[in-house]
Amino acid sequence: MVVKIDRKKCMYCGACVSVCPRVALNLKETWVDVNEKCIDCGICVKLCPVGAISLKERKK
Amino acid sequence: MTDLKDTDILVIGAGPGGLRVAIEAGKLGAKVTIVDKKQEIGVPKRCAEGLGGGWFKRLGMEPDPKWAVWEINNARVFSPNGKEIKIGKNQYGYVLERKMFEKYLASEAIRKGAKIKLKTESLSVIKEGSQVVGAKVNEMGDEYEIRAKVVIACDGVDSRMARSAGLDTTNKLVDMDSGFQYEMANIRLGDKHALEMYFGTDIAPRGYIWIFPKGEDVANVGIGIGGNSEKTAKYYLDKWIAKDPRFKDASPIEINAGGIPVGGIMDNMVLDGFMVVGDAAHQVNPMDGGGIALAQEAGIIAAQTAVEAIEKGDLSADFLSKYNRIWLNQRGNQLKKVWKVRQFFEVLSNDDMDFIAEKLGMGEDLLDFAFGNNWFTFAKLFVERPGLFKSMKAFL
Repeated sequence: MVVKIDRKKCMYCGACVSVCPRVALNLKETWVDVNEKCIDCGICVKLCPVGAISLKERKK
Repeated sequence: MTDLKDTDILVIGAGPGGLRVAIEAGKLGAKVTIVDKKQEIGVPKRCAEGLGGGWFKRLGMEPDPKWAVWEINNARVFSPNGKEIKIGKNQYGYVLERKMFEKYLASEAIRKGAKIKLKTESLSVIKEGSQVVGAKVNEMGDEYEIRAKVVIACDGVDSRMARSAGLDTTNKLVDMDSGFQYEMANIRLGDKHALEMYFGTDIAPRGYIWIFPKGEDVANVGIGIGGNSEKTAKYYLDKWIAKDPRFKDASPIEINAGGIPVGGIMDNMVLDGFMVVGDAAHQVNPMDGGGIALAQEAGIIAAQTAVEAIEKGDLSADFLSKYNRIWLNQRGNQLKKVWKVRQFFEVLSNDDMDFIAEKLGMGEDLLDFAFGNNWFTFAKLFVERPGLFKSMKAFL
C-alpha cells in the first residue's frame, strides 16, 4: 500500500520527500509522485504542513 | 545544444545555493550548466524571505530595492503571556521578494557564463565505479545525459540526487520543522519595520509564529512547528490569525508551505565527483529556520573547492572534503551549537518561558544562559524556580 496524497490540498513544497526513508516520494512541478517503494510508514503524514497526506486503509 | 551536455560543473537546482555556486564558479573560469525541474526560477517560495544585513557584504552584493523590498530595523520577540523579550543588539536587514532575488542571481550567473536549463528534471546521477560523472535528465520529455567533472546537488529540501548518488541526506522527523505561511495585504501593522516572533507551546509547538513585513500593510505571516506536532502547521496559524485584530481586514495574496531541515548538520557532504549544498545538505539555522544566506555561503565554498579540484585533476571525495572542513569550521560547527540551544528552549513550558522573559529580558543574556555561560547569574533563577533545573537536565 502507498500513502494517498490529496492533490487539491498539496502545496507541492516537498517536505514529505525529505523525510521519506525509502525515497518513494518525488516532487514534480505541481504534484508529488509516490512509487511502490512506499511502506506506508506515515512519517510524511505527520510532517505535511497542510494535512494533504493520509494512510490508505490496509486491506488484507 | 551539445555544449551543455559536457561541462565542468553540473549544478542541480536553481535556488540561492545553486545560483551562487554558478556565479562563483563562473568567476573562477569554470564552465557551468544548471538544471532545474521548474519552469520558473524563484517560485513558489517556501520561506519568510528575511535576510540579515550583515550577509550582503559577506556574499558580495548590494541590496537592490527591486528584490530587497523592505528594510528591517528591529526584531521583537514575545513570550507566551505577551511580554516582549528585548533583543539587546540593533537588528537590521531586509525582507526579500524571493522570485525577483533569484532571477537576479540567475541573471548574474548567466552573465558569468552559466547555461540554465529549466523544466529539466534530474533523474539520477551517472556513476563510473564510485565516481559521479554526470546526471541523467529529462528536459520536457527529452531524456539525455549531461557529463560533468563535478556534480553539485542544490536541489532543496526535496532533494533526491544525493540519495541517488549514495549519500544519505534523509531527514529524521524530529529534525524537521513544518512550515506554513500567508503573504497578506491590508494588515494593521504596528511596527512596520520590525520582525515579530511569537512563542508558546499552544500557539506554535516547538516553534514560533512570525510576521515579516514586506510593505506598509503587507507581510509574510507564518509558522514553523516541530515536525511531529499533533496538528498541522496550517491549523495552528489559522487559529492564531483568527484571534488577532490586526488581521481582521487582511487577506492572503499568496500561500506558502515548506519543510525546514533544522537539526541535521552533516559532517560529510561529498562523494567522488559529487557535492551537496543548501537545504539538501540541511544547511539551515536551527533557531530561526533561515537558509537563504547559509546556502549561498556554502555555495561559494563548494564552488571554490570544485574549481580547485578540476584544476588539480583530483576529483576524489578526499580532495572535495576540503569543502566539509571549511564549511564546518566557518559555519557548521556553530550551527550545531545553535541546535543545542534550540533543544533547550524546546523543553521549556509556557510558564518557564514567561518566567525567563520576566527575569532576564535581554535576548543575549538568554542565549548566554542557554549556551551554559554565565552560570552564576542564572544560578539565582534555579533557586527561584527549581522546575527550570529539570528542564535544563533534560536538555543536557
